[in-house]
Amino acid sequence: MNVRPTHPAAVLASAAVVVLGVTTLVFLLLHLVPGDPVEVMLGEYASAGDRAALRAALGLDRHLALQWLDFMLGLAHGDLGVSLATGRPVAALLGGHFAMTALLAGASLAVAVVIGVPLGVLAALRAGRAWDTGSAVLAVLGMSVPNFVLGPFLMLIFAVGLGWFPIGGADSARALVLPAATLGLSLAALLARMTRAALLEELGRPYVLAARARGLPAARVVVGHALRNAALPIVTTLGLQLGALLGGAVVTETVFGWPGLGQLAVESIHRRDYPVVQGAVLLIALSYVLVNVLTDLLYARLDPRIGSGA
Amino acid sequence: MTLATRLAIAVLAAWITALAVAPAAADAVTAIDLTRMFEAPGVAAWMGTDDLGRSLAWRVVAGARVSLLVSAVVVTVTAAIGIAIGVTAAWLGGWIDLLLGRVIDVFLAFPGILLAIALAGVLGPGVGNVIIALGVVGWVGFARLARAQTLAVRERDHVAVARALGTPGFTIVYRHVLPLIAGPLVVEGTFALAAVIVAEAGLSFLGLGVQPPAPSWGSLIRDGTRYLLFAPHLVVMPGLALLSVVVAINLLGDRLRDRIQRGHRVGA
Repeated sequence: MNVRPTHPAAVLASAAVVVLGVTTLVFLLLHLVPGDPVEVMLGEYASAGDRAALRAALGLDRHLALQWLDFMLGLAHGDLGVSLATGRPVAALLGGHFAMTALLAGASLAVAVVIGVPLGVLAALRAGRAWDTGSAVLAVLGMSVPNFVLGPFLMLIFAVGLGWFPIGGADSARALVLPAATLGLSLAALLARMTRAALLEELGRPYVLAARARGLPAARVVVGHALRNAALPIVTTLGLQLGALLGGAVVTETVFGWPGLGQLAVESIHRRDYPVVQGAVLLIALSYVLVNVLTDLLYARLDPRIGSGA
Repeated sequence: MTLATRLAIAVLAAWITALAVAPAAADAVTAIDLTRMFEAPGVAAWMGTDDLGRSLAWRVVAGARVSLLVSAVVVTVTAAIGIAIGVTAAWLGGWIDLLLGRVIDVFLAFPGILLAIALAGVLGPGVGNVIIALGVVGWVGFARLARAQTLAVRERDHVAVARALGTPGFTIVYRHVLPLIAGPLVVEGTFALAAVIVAEAGLSFLGLGVQPPAPSWGSLIRDGTRYLLFAPHLVVMPGLALLSVVVAINLLGDRLRDRIQRGHRVGA
C-alpha cells in the first residue's frame, strides 16, 4: 500500500507540515534538559547574574509559545542563536560542517552505487547459483554491521595494517575514502538486494523476451532495457536510505574525526552547547526532508503512471 | 530449516546460555589484574584482556546483558505503544487519524539514530535515559505498520459482520483485527530488536549510554579504539559479539517474513 502523496502540490503541502513538526520538535529539545538548562550549561557554581544573563539571552524567561514564535521567526531569517562555547552564530558554524557532511554523504552514495548495482546485476543474472547465495550472505552481513564496528575494522586493515589511507581527519582526498566506504558499504548491500529483486522482475517480462528474440546482445538487453526499467525502485531506495546515511554519518564522522555536522553535534552534546546541537540536528533533519521531497517528485517524473492527480 | 537458520538459532542459544551463567562471574567482570594488561586472545584468556587486565570475555558477556536487556525493554514498550497508536488511528479514522498520521510523518522525517542521539545527549547519560531516547524513536515503525495493516483489515467482511452484530469496537480490534495483523508486526519486532541493539551500542559508543564501570558493547568498542594500534582485539571481540547477535536476529527475521508472506497475506 502506497500512502506517499504523489501529486507535486500534495508532496509540498505534506512536506510543509512535516517541516513545521520537525522544527517544533527540535525547538522542544532544549526544554527537555532535566532541571534548569541554564544551570546544566553553566554549572552549579555560576553567579546569579550570569545565569540571569544566559536565561535572557536564550529567551528562557518568557512564555514557551513566545519562545517558539521567536525560534521560528529567527529560523526564517537564518538565525539559529549563538554558540555558548565560542560565541559565534550557530548558522555560521554549521555552514562549513554541512559541506563536509554533504561531501561524505555524496561519496558514500557513489560507493554504494558503484559496488551495489553491479553486484545486484550479477546476482540477478546468476539467480539461485553460488554467486547469488554468496552475495545474499554478504548483503545480510553488510546491512547488519554497524558503522562503529566496520569503521575501526577498516581503519585497522587499511590505515594501520596496509597504511594506504590516513587513520582520520580531513586533510587530504584520501582521508575521505575510509569514512565513505564505512558509510557506503551497508547501503551498497541493501542496493545490491534491491537491484537484484527489481532486475529479476523485469527480466521475466515479455519485452525482455522480445528483445532477446530480436537478437539483441545480452548486455544491451540487461543494461539498456531491463536495468533502465528497474531504476525506479532503486532510485526510491536510494532517496529513502539517505536518512539512514545521514544518521550513520553522525557515528562515522565521530569514528574518523571527520569534521561534519554529526561530529559537531556529538562534540556540542559533550560541551553542553545546546544551541549548536539544536542547529546541527535541525539541519540534518531538514536535509533529509528535502531529499525525501525530491525523491517523491522524481518518482512522479520517472514513472508516467504516477502523478497528474492519480 | 536451512543451515543459516540453524546457525542463527545456535548463536542466539549460545548467548542466552552465556547470559544465564554471567551473574556467577560478576567479580570477573571488574577484577583488575595489572600484571596481565592487553593480553592477546589465547589459552589463559580466550578473548584477551583489556587495559586494566580484566577478562574481555566476561566483559563482553556482561555487555550482552546490558545490550539485550535494554533492547528487549525498548522493543516491548515501543511495540505496545506504537501498535496502540497505529491501530487507534486507523480504526477511528477521521481527524484523529489525520493528526496521528502527521505525528508519525514528523517522527519518520528524522533519521532515527539522530533523534536518539540528540535526546540521549540532552537527557544525560544512563540506562534509563537511553531507554527513553530509543523509545521515543522506536514506536514510529510499529505505528506506521499497524496503521497500514489495520486500514486493510477493517474493511473485511468478518469485521463488518462483527460490527453489524453490535460487538464493541475494542472487542472487534482485540479479537478480529489484532490476530490478523500480528504476523507482520512480529517480523517488524524482530528487525526492531536488531536495530535497537545497534542503536544502543551506538549511543554507548558515543559516550551517551551506559556509564563505566558497567560495560556495554558500544562502550567496549569505544574504549578499544584508543588501543587499536597495539591491541586490536579490544575492538574486534566486542564487534564480533555484536555482529553475531545482530546477523542472527536479522537472518531469523528474514526467514520469518518469508514464511508469513508464503502463508496468508493481509490486505493483498
